[in-house]
Amino acid sequence: MNVHVHPTQEFRFMRPDDGIKKGDPLLVVDDISLSFGGVKAITDISFDILKGEIRAIIGPNGAGKTSMLNVINGFYHPQKGTITFRGQKRSRMRPHEAANHGIARTFQNIALFNGMSVLDNIMTGRITLMKRNMLWQALWRGPAETEEIENREIVERIIDFLEIEYIRKTPVGRLPYGLQKRVELGRALAAEPSLLLLDEPMAGMNLEEKEDMSRYILDVNQQFGTTIALIEHDMGVVMDLSDRVVVLDYGQKIGDGTPDAVRNNQDVIDAYLGVSHD
Amino acid sequence: MLYREAGDFKTTYRADEQTFPIRSERWLFWTVMVLAFAVVPFFINDYWNKAVLVPFLVWALAALGLNILTGYCGQVSLGTGGFMAVGAFACYKIMTAFPDLNMFIVVVLSGFVTAGVGILFGLPSLRIKGFYLAVATLAAQFFLIWVFNKFPWFYNYSASGQITAPERTILGIAVTGPNSLPWATYLFCLAIVFVFAWVARNLTRGRIGRSWMAIRDMDIAAEIIGVSPLRAKLSAFAVSSFYIGMAGALFFSVYLGAAEVTEAFGIDKSFLALFMVIIGGLGSILGSFLGAGFLVLLPVLFKNIMVNQFGWPTDVAAHLQIMLIGGLIIFFLIVEPHGLAQLWRLTKEKLRLWPFPY
Ligand SMILES: Nc1ncnc2c1ncn2[C@@H]1O[C@H](COP(=O)(O)OP(=O)(O)OP(=O)(O)O)[C@@H](O)[C@H]1O
Ligand SMILES: [Mg+2]
Repeated sequence: MNVHVHPTQEFRFMRPDDGIKKGDPLLVVDDISLSFGGVKAITDISFDILKGEIRAIIGPNGAGKTSMLNVINGFYHPQKGTITFRGQKRSRMRPHEAANHGIARTFQNIALFNGMSVLDNIMTGRITLMKRNMLWQALWRGPAETEEIENREIVERIIDFLEIEYIRKTPVGRLPYGLQKRVELGRALAAEPSLLLLDEPMAGMNLEEKEDMSRYILDVNQQFGTTIALIEHDMGVVMDLSDRVVVLDYGQKIGDGTPDAVRNNQDVIDAYLGVSHD
Repeated sequence: MLYREAGDFKTTYRADEQTFPIRSERWLFWTVMVLAFAVVPFFINDYWNKAVLVPFLVWALAALGLNILTGYCGQVSLGTGGFMAVGAFACYKIMTAFPDLNMFIVVVLSGFVTAGVGILFGLPSLRIKGFYLAVATLAAQFFLIWVFNKFPWFYNYSASGQITAPERTILGIAVTGPNSLPWATYLFCLAIVFVFAWVARNLTRGRIGRSWMAIRDMDIAAEIIGVSPLRAKLSAFAVSSFYIGMAGALFFSVYLGAAEVTEAFGIDKSFLALFMVIIGGLGSILGSFLGAGFLVLLPVLFKNIMVNQFGWPTDVAAHLQIMLIGGLIIFFLIVEPHGLAQLWRLTKEKLRLWPFPY
């Protein structure tokens, strides 16, 4: 549309102060087990995510990767184990509370708000940061409008960053798949999260789109200092992007370490080659 | 003047977010408003007032309320008639208990009472969705009507079981009761609708509106990005019921003058409001007005053309009307779920490109 913005590449605002030093554990997953009826989705898993790193979670289909993210952001409640986030052991928590504590995510199957424009979708990502009550909203002129415009400015910078200016007023339902994934990333970024969970952000993309997305993820990590947990099947991408990798198979952790160490781990090789478990 | 946005560059986000970003649209809006506020009152007569304008305004308010709940927040409700009854009875009780109270305040207070009741009946929405919620609101409809019939306190123990609106004034001018003049009742309704349509626009354009739409479009994702479903749904029920309650208060006090609850606020009213929202456009403020206008004007039009002009029997006209409405609802549900408002939007998109469509 006809809005003119100065593309400021300053993202100081995106660096949330969560009280954790770079390199210290931001999230600690300790001995988590989760089952659905008889199906054991996750069994006795422990690992940590350090502030500032990109932590990949890999594993074959059905390994429990998505379930792990769902546990981290409070969507599933594990039967056993604890989660410590920003130094605080967490009690049972609803997803919107986890969002308020600074955990944002994208979904394996795109979960955008189809009735809304790109701009509104990303603005919705800032819902935890907007506080004006209903009375101010009803009046609009004054505090509510000021708050809206301040947040719009930040959202516009995210839109610039993701290079989606030209579609900001388009309903997301009309966008091709690759762009929808990018908008979803934008919506998660808008929350200025300290921990960003990305569930297969490149699934179903062509090579060029994958390269773009990889660049955005790296930029988010480096420019904003956001800690990222990334689920991805494409090994090349995982090796390029991640600092450390957790490998899951049948709900169990079978590997944990740097990309190189994990790649040479015999259990991991077997799991990916489909060696039978006996 | 051509309908264009070219050359109409927005240099601030504030300008970009105004309600009518295109100049000709702004002109059209304010022209209609000047006509409605400053011209129509001089020409209005009793027929136009009672048959067209007041019912249009009252139903627009009710449709707006239902649209907030169903169109914006995605919670289907068949309880509109019941909530209008709550507004009507609240209005009646407040009018009779505080005879000196300004009528505008009475109507707003009735809205607040209804909002409270709406929150209560909105609680099931935290556990159930879609069809089940629709059935729960249907139960609310019947329960509320039953309550107002059952307990004579609500109708001040009147022998007929009816409630009758006494004369009440604003600035000394009667807006209810048999002595109220057409221009006064019309302007009273118009002012309320104008103010609260503007409030609805404000609520839906910002944080609260986006939290409603997020719940509507994908409730799980909404919760994961930080929308509290409890607050979003209950606030939608509250705001929606507030509007519907005010509509009920006006429907009873200004339009009907006297009401018997089963007849005035039955299930047919719930469906009428729902049809307005569907035909006008779900999730659109303009749509609420278009839908209300359409369904209020249609019977008047049918009566004038078929009965008065062609001399057809009344019941034939009535049946044709029902068939037409039924057909239109099916059409809009299947072909254009965003209703008349979307047709208007598409026309504008075409106009914007005209005369060079490519
Ligand atoms: N809500 C649920 N109810 C029942 N079973 C579930 C549920 N969610 C996950 N599971 C089961 O838990 C196991 C792990 O699933 P999960 O989605 O976490 O795997 P994944 O590693 O993300 O796989 P993919 O690579 O295919 O996305 C699977 O066996 C799955 O069927
Ligand atoms: Mg998965």
